[in-house]
Amino acid sequence: MSERTATIASRVGLHARPAAIFAEAVGALPVEVTIALEGDPADDAMDASSILSLMSLGAANGQVVVLRAEGDGADEALAGLVTILETDLDAE
Amino acid sequence: MQSFTGVGVSPGRIVGSVRQMPKAVSEPPAGEQLASSTTAEDAAVTLRAAAKAVQAELKQRSVSATGAGKSVLEATALMAADPMLIKGAVKLINTGTSAERAIWESAASVAEMLHNLGGYMAERATDVLDVRSRIVAELRGVPAPGIPASDEPFILVADDLAPADTATLNPAVVLALVTSGGGPQSHTAIIARALGLPAVVAAVGVESITDGTAVYVDGAAGSITVDPDAEQLEAATAWAANAATLAVFSGEGVMADGHLVPLLANVGGAADAVKAAAAGAQGVGLLRTEFCFLDRDEEPTLDEQVTAYRGVFDAFPGKKVVLRTLDAGADKPLPFLTDASEPNPALGVRGYRTDFTSPGVLKRQLAAVATAAEGTEADVWVMAPMISTADEAADFARMCGEAGLKTPGVMVEVPSAALTAETILGEVSFASLGTNDLTQYAMAADRQLGPLAALNTPWQPAVLRLIQLTVAGSVAEGNNKPVGVCGEAAADPALAVVLVGLGVNTLSMTARALAAVAAVLAKVTVVEAQRLAGIALAAPSALEARARVRAELPILDELGL
Repeated sequence: MSERTATIASRVGLHARPAAIFAEAVGALPVEVTIALEGDPADDAMDASSILSLMSLGAANGQVVVLRAEGDGADEALAGLVTILETDLDAE
Repeated sequence: MQSFTGVGVSPGRIVGSVRQMPKAVSEPPAGEQLASSTTAEDAAVTLRAAAKAVQAELKQRSVSATGAGKSVLEATALMAADPMLIKGAVKLINTGTSAERAIWESAASVAEMLHNLGGYMAERATDVLDVRSRIVAELRGVPAPGIPASDEPFILVADDLAPADTATLNPAVVLALVTSGGGPQSHTAIIARALGLPAVVAAVGVESITDGTAVYVDGAAGSITVDPDAEQLEAATAWAANAATLAVFSGEGVMADGHLVPLLANVGGAADAVKAAAAGAQGVGLLRTEFCFLDRDEEPTLDEQVTAYRGVFDAFPGKKVVLRTLDAGADKPLPFLTDASEPNPALGVRGYRTDFTSPGVLKRQLAAVATAAEGTEADVWVMAPMISTADEAADFARMCGEAGLKTPGVMVEVPSAALTAETILGEVSFASLGTNDLTQYAMAADRQLGPLAALNTPWQPAVLRLIQLTVAGSVAEGNNKPVGVCGEAAADPALAVVLVGLGVNTLSMTARALAAVAAVLAKVTVVEAQRLAGIALAAPSALEARARVRAELPILDELGL
């Protein structure tokens, strides 16, 4: 099990366009990735490829989330996703 | 040659091929089971394929879209095959539920979750329900609901259009609107006038026209003809040439004898106002503030309101801007003001009346208007919708005074206000006739109902009589308090002449109609307009009133109006 934390950089939080970009990136990966707010139990983690899950997570700007994945390529996958979350996607 | 007759609501003569708008997707019956020949596994595969197909279609549309529409389509495309949505449905399929019913229920629970989160998320709930309809249509093998996506221009034929359809209606591709339902005041009519598209509503039988059929639509006469003849093709060509001249307004409404009739615009926000100013509008006769805040679950903050109103004021320096306070209720519900469970919303707590049940919202809105007006050069007037009595008018004027707003007024749209205009105008500075609602209440006919379209026209002599009484009330009051019209009636060039003849001072309309109304008023003197108003008042029916007045105005036919 690989685990990484990331701080949400988008000003609107993980909603709308930033959530769409992130969900699409997760969907393209060979591994399953979950997402949870920092401090929440791992059992409550949600499917990170689901834009609806991301929206219901409601992670705001500056909040820390935990990404988890298992299997081959998990570390590389999470590193890429952390970069996406820590970029202000609205600004682009 | 087959033809259909309806009510013409937006002028224009055009030839094009028909595309029928697919019917709304019906709910799969509760408890619908998998067909005995289908395994749960197969049904899940079929559902995933349908979801992927919908996703691909939305994604493809997002490529050609721009701006806000593009990001909405991109996000909606992702929702279509979203794991949360699909997993929820597959769980139900595994218990024996049909794929259609499973996706229906799964989407309903997702939409409810989003709704409960409130704010931005709640607004996305409708996207999930839209995706659901598309997936069910795909599973059934029927066309996706909504306005057909097409690169080829077409004439859209539908039952009726909803406000939400405006967002997906591309005026570059849709040539004209024809509906079997709806009336002259329906959303289809309002959308058509705002976009300048020829439109005919309440045309019974048009649903039988097959896709691809060539038809001629005359939006002034209210007729649709299948397989048009040479004369009609020529009329369409002539209209195209005329339309160019009818698109330019000089910026002053003046009659043949020099009498001035200021022509103002109806707007729903700053973007509209900027367009209206560019079209030459002499001010704003109706700022529909509720349009700044539709789909909002909560009352907008002071700052949001100030920003929204100031954007409009800034577009009209030195000009009059008449702001209408929130007109929530009936067909424009605002969750923070209106009770959706009322049995009779048109006769319910709406407009000014929401101050009885949600006190404070109006007071805060007036404070926001006063703040927004500070430092702008616009001449800001404020009016309340749905005023029925002089007491209500006095109360509104008092609230405006307390907020520091100097020019309070009322909408006259309830017949009682027209009948008591003298005492009402004793309390406020001006009145503005909202002919859409005035017609619906005078005729006791719901604006949205196709079968009542014939009743629902401001050409009804009874409605014209109420307008005449309102002007007479102002005269009797004695202080020359202005009476304007800000309903759709003002956008009909023939009716505009009648309104001026009845003594109305200003006309406010969708900016698109300014040039056509100005072109016709310029050919008529006040005395002539008064004579035509007399003809309309004396007519035995709305149809006769319209026909008799139009017969006296040959300019209408020349211009194709």
